[in-house]
Amino acid sequence: MNTSYQYSYTNIEELLEILVEKGFIAPATEQQHATVIGRRQVQSSDLAFVTVAPEAARHLILDLRDRFGFTHLVLLTAVDYIEEGKFLLTYLLHNYELHHDIGVQVPIGREAAEAGASMESIHDLWAQAGTYQRELKEMFGIDFPGSPRVDEPFILEGWDEVPPMRREFDTKQYSETTYFPRPGRSTNDPADYMRQKLYPKE
Amino acid sequence: METSLVLKIAYAALSLFIAFNYGILLGATTYRIRARVQGRLGIRLYQPYLDIIKNNAKRTSISHGIMFYLGPIFRITGGVGTFLFIPMIYGSVVFSNFSFAGDVLLVLYFIFFGQLGMALGAGEGGHPYSAIGVSRGLAQMTAFEVPFTLAIIALAVQHNTLSITEIIAAQQGGILNWSLFTNPAATAAALIAFLGMNMGNPFSVVTAPQEIPIGPPVEYHSNYLGLLQTNRSIFNSAKLILFMNLFFGGATNLIVMIIKTFLIYMITVIIGVAFPRFRVEQSIRFFLVVPTLIGLVGLVIALW
Amino acid sequence: MSTDINKEDTQTQQESIRQVVEAMGEYPGAADASDPQLFCEARPKVEKPFRGVFEKFLNWARANSLWVLGFGTGCGAIELRPLMTSRFDASRFGVAGRPTPRQSSVFIIGGYASVKTLKRIVRSYEQMQNPKFVIALGSCTINGGMYWDSYNTINRIDQYIPVDVYITGCMPRPEAILAGFVKLQELIKAGRGEKANEYAEHFDWYKANQKKVIKDWDMPDYNW
Repeated sequence: MNTSYQYSYTNIEELLEILVEKGFIAPATEQQHATVIGRRQVQSSDLAFVTVAPEAARHLILDLRDRFGFTHLVLLTAVDYIEEGKFLLTYLLHNYELHHDIGVQVPIGREAAEAGASMESIHDLWAQAGTYQRELKEMFGIDFPGSPRVDEPFILEGWDEVPPMRREFDTKQYSETTYFPRPGRSTNDPADYMRQKLYPKE
Repeated sequence: METSLVLKIAYAALSLFIAFNYGILLGATTYRIRARVQGRLGIRLYQPYLDIIKNNAKRTSISHGIMFYLGPIFRITGGVGTFLFIPMIYGSVVFSNFSFAGDVLLVLYFIFFGQLGMALGAGEGGHPYSAIGVSRGLAQMTAFEVPFTLAIIALAVQHNTLSITEIIAAQQGGILNWSLFTNPAATAAALIAFLGMNMGNPFSVVTAPQEIPIGPPVEYHSNYLGLLQTNRSIFNSAKLILFMNLFFGGATNLIVMIIKTFLIYMITVIIGVAFPRFRVEQSIRFFLVVPTLIGLVGLVIALW
Repeated sequence: MSTDINKEDTQTQQESIRQVVEAMGEYPGAADASDPQLFCEARPKVEKPFRGVFEKFLNWARANSLWVLGFGTGCGAIELRPLMTSRFDASRFGVAGRPTPRQSSVFIIGGYASVKTLKRIVRSYEQMQNPKFVIALGSCTINGGMYWDSYNTINRIDQYIPVDVYITGCMPRPEAILAGFVKLQELIKAGRGEKANEYAEHFDWYKANQKKVIKDWDMPDYNW
């Protein structure tokens, strides 16, 4: 098995135990919300998620890469939990020898669009992370200081609104005021249809 | 009996007209043959005429400068010039054009001339793809000129003349007198060079739409493009007639000419359908080795 | 683990790259939009068609020689490939692909157009020579289709460039596209394929619409 790495493990539960031992994550907790630090969840025999604090994330990711064999960064994405005032970053890593995936989830503060959230960059661990970070900067307004070309436009050229993937951005309203909607659009939304069918008087 | 100059010009215009239409119909026919091989109907036979009319009927055109404007003019000068010094039909007063004692040399020059003018014009277009296309085209042309010139020199040595008419005359009197049989090596070298000259597969990288959009003429449009298309058909028939004259015994009437040139053209079509595209450095390496050696063998045969 | 580069090293490298790029201009090979040698600032002009039988003849030639610009702007571009195959064989109608806007006369907007693509669409459209025709393919070009409320996809292409023929569907089959070509040929033969002149006539309106959505306008107002 993966002898070239410092820590070898055979299944994903074992990996999480080692991570608890090393002090990266808390011991098994009850099912909690994904943004709570210390939460761990085994989804299947080859996929687990752990939630860690932003300060510990880079250390954990580096360890997973260099000592546990998670050499591939599958993706880096974010989810907007606007009710809790948090973004949840997800670093999905892949182990090519065991074909295990682990998702490192990092809740970061979700300030207003102008102030911007911020997170430590990992572009020096994987070169392609720079592109993900550029996209996150553009779509969510999450800054990654030091990441290459992070301030350049990625897909949206000359965007001057709230970053469009933030949930306070009303995409329908923006489209209606900007893109000359053609009048006469009717909807066949099943919910509306059933409401009219069942409660015609309301 | 000497024909007067005015009459000669009129005859040349007539043969030019025939060559132009023949070139266009030849192109459309081969397109249709290719389409039938692929299970399609293909373009209408008169489609190239429509394309030329449409391009010339475009209402706007832009220029990038004088050389850009002159590029297609040089090109068509090269095409018409090549044609005008090749006797179209051996022994005919009407279709002998302006052939004279040293016309082989002039034709060699004119084949090169159009491409050079085009290179200057396309360069001024300012599009990077034209620059890439021009450099690829000129490199490839320089490479296939070597075996082609060797084959021509072999023929000139063999027949001890620089006149196309005399080379045809030497090939009369039976199929075995053709250069194809008297000097097969020179013929082979020239035919391989002909593949490159036609820029069909496998040497089509210069004008390949998929590689660099359309190559040198990427910026040419409207009536410039119409001129280039006109030249293409004239130049095509000129090259075919030249090869027929030099290697396949010439033609004594129009029907023989059409049959012979059509068959020569089918060689390139069949090879083009069967082979994939070479990269430009591959084709240069190929031209400078295999056909060049064959051409040298041809020269040796001629000197024997 | 060769990817473990020293962080500071990377930053100095980036700094030097940035200096080089700044010295070269916006990006390597970037053309200066104010250079009159490279760009034409002149507005497009209405080019009057000829009259009578001659124009009819030219229109017949134009209708039967439709060169399509090979610019697949959306998912509909995938429906254009089969047109050239033996099953549909668009070359029967005189339709051929052309890889450069200079030489083509038909622009097929292949479905949704994001703002970023719209900028390229406008540039390509303006580089085509008059007369030029536009076929709008799929629902997305007509009313936004399934992207009608997207923040980055325009709803109606006819607000930015004039459109000759719409083909509805999501996606239209190649048969529908062939029918669209035939319809376009009818229009051209009837002398109604003059949308390029319409663009020149209402140039200010189109330009204002384009500039409303294309925020980083870094090209001349008319690219020929």
